[in-house]
Amino acid sequence: MSVSAYKAPAPGDAAVIFDGVSKHFAASGKSGAFTALDTVSLSVGRGSITGIIGRSGAGKSTLIRLVNGLEKPTGGTVLVDGVDVGALDEAGLRALRRSVGMIFQHFNLLSSRTVFGNVALPLEIAGMDKHAIEKRVLPLLDLVGLADKHGRYPAELSGGQKQRIGIARALATEPKLLLSDEATSALDPETTQSILELLKRINAELGLTVLLITHEMEVVKAVTSDVAVIDHGRIVERGHTFDVFTHPRHETTRAMLSGLPGSKLPDAVSRALRPQAVAGDRAVVRLTFFGAAAERPLISQLIKSVGAEVNIIAGTIDEIGGRPYGSLVVAYGADAETAGRAERFFTENGLVTEVLGYVA
Amino acid sequence: MSPDILVKIWGATLDTLYMVAAAGLIGSLIGLPIGIFLATSGKGELFPAPTINRIVGLIVNAARSTPFIILVVAIIPFTRLITGTSIGTKAAIVPLTIATIPFVARLVEAAIREIDKGLIEAARAMGATPMQIVFKVLLAEARPALTMALTMTAVSLIGYSAMVGAVGGGGLGDLGIRYGYQRFMPDVMLVVVIVLIVLVQLVQSAGDGLARHFDRRSRKN
Repeated sequence: MSVSAYKAPAPGDAAVIFDGVSKHFAASGKSGAFTALDTVSLSVGRGSITGIIGRSGAGKSTLIRLVNGLEKPTGGTVLVDGVDVGALDEAGLRALRRSVGMIFQHFNLLSSRTVFGNVALPLEIAGMDKHAIEKRVLPLLDLVGLADKHGRYPAELSGGQKQRIGIARALATEPKLLLSDEATSALDPETTQSILELLKRINAELGLTVLLITHEMEVVKAVTSDVAVIDHGRIVERGHTFDVFTHPRHETTRAMLSGLPGSKLPDAVSRALRPQAVAGDRAVVRLTFFGAAAERPLISQLIKSVGAEVNIIAGTIDEIGGRPYGSLVVAYGADAETAGRAERFFTENGLVTEVLGYVA
Repeated sequence: MSPDILVKIWGATLDTLYMVAAAGLIGSLIGLPIGIFLATSGKGELFPAPTINRIVGLIVNAARSTPFIILVVAIIPFTRLITGTSIGTKAAIVPLTIATIPFVARLVEAAIREIDKGLIEAARAMGATPMQIVFKVLLAEARPALTMALTMTAVSLIGYSAMVGAVGGGGLGDLGIRYGYQRFMPDVMLVVVIVLIVLVQLVQSAGDGLARHFDRRSRKN
């Protein structure tokens, strides 16, 4: 199975286009001059959930803030639905911001307002009358599953509930684009999953484009259809999430992926691994399989065709961007005959393999 | 203690309350916007005006570091200009107000700076104007801290008001000095001090209660 060539969305299909965008911070006080973004070009497909992943300090926060003009680029242009954000005056920016929702890592809810009041805030800011606000807010609270909490204050809610309020608030002005700034980073894994489910549902039901930044590969894997990897202010890899996960090309991507469960070898094995086979050794091989192959009884077929013992050392079967995907690390005799039979089996079945090393 | 003295104490209490209320109200009305300005006019903030910010900050500091009793004497011409006299309860309101303004301004500034910058960013992301941010976010979120700040102002004013007796301002402090100290009537001094303690306690409790009422930051269930 080959990687489908990645085609960036055509300009007409893009909700956001970054075109050669740079952001330099001049030296001030203690901090020296610093380049947060270096000629970044990227388009975000309309209706997609696009993830931008990078380590902290990679420039992703700056990048997402360019979309609604919270930060201004020092070079290049940012287009949102064809509108050049950099060319807007303050009033134009405010109008744009009302059509772009944003959620935050620390929720940023007003502690002095009830749940209802928080969701109503962007509508009050937009000058909507009380009656219309009520009609808009209640269905939104329903959508995020917190209709019964409308009179509560944020301090009385859990983190997941607060983020749901944040989402309802971001959707209040009926935006076409939602920006998510590390929205699940302050949440536990279970709550993260439920928030991601909610984002997926909103994306599907409302046709909303979602641009999210995160440092968690799990988040990208669970919800995004497209991903860009950012490192030191540059986009180093870009593609469909499935392709990037199964065929990471850049070192940074590989390093970030190695943190995922199932992709790491047990310590005892990785310590014993050596690059050259000694007689009697077994080869340690990573098999990657996709789509239909992930559902076939490959292991039993492999054992039959190799005609020798096959150990399973590590493995995971998962779904990435909605497509089944498996990664197995197996060990079998490294002698020429066994290895030859195994290789033939892999080629016949279209499996991607990688020899990691040899163990005694 | 003669009934005559009790009447005087009552009258002095009313004078003190009058001075504190008037100076507190006028001083806060002027100090509040100055405090908001100080908190929002730094570089890269809502109403960026760093130079004016620094100048206003310097004036506020100068006013705050002038000892109150010197301020009272120093602004006598100004007091006379405003009230037509430099003696009495009404005249005392002028220096009290002048001292209140920078005091309130700094407390308001601190209360607003306490607010999480993320809330300002969220409001900007919603398309709020700087004014909307001040009224819908900053003042609303700072309400408990502002209540505490105004309480502290009132308590300080009660203390300051005792000093204006020195320039002929009325009130409890004046009574305490003239009768309790200069006429050797320790019982009058004692009553004056007790009344002042009770006043401060009442103001502080009322302020604390109000701040608690406004504060929604702690979990209540």
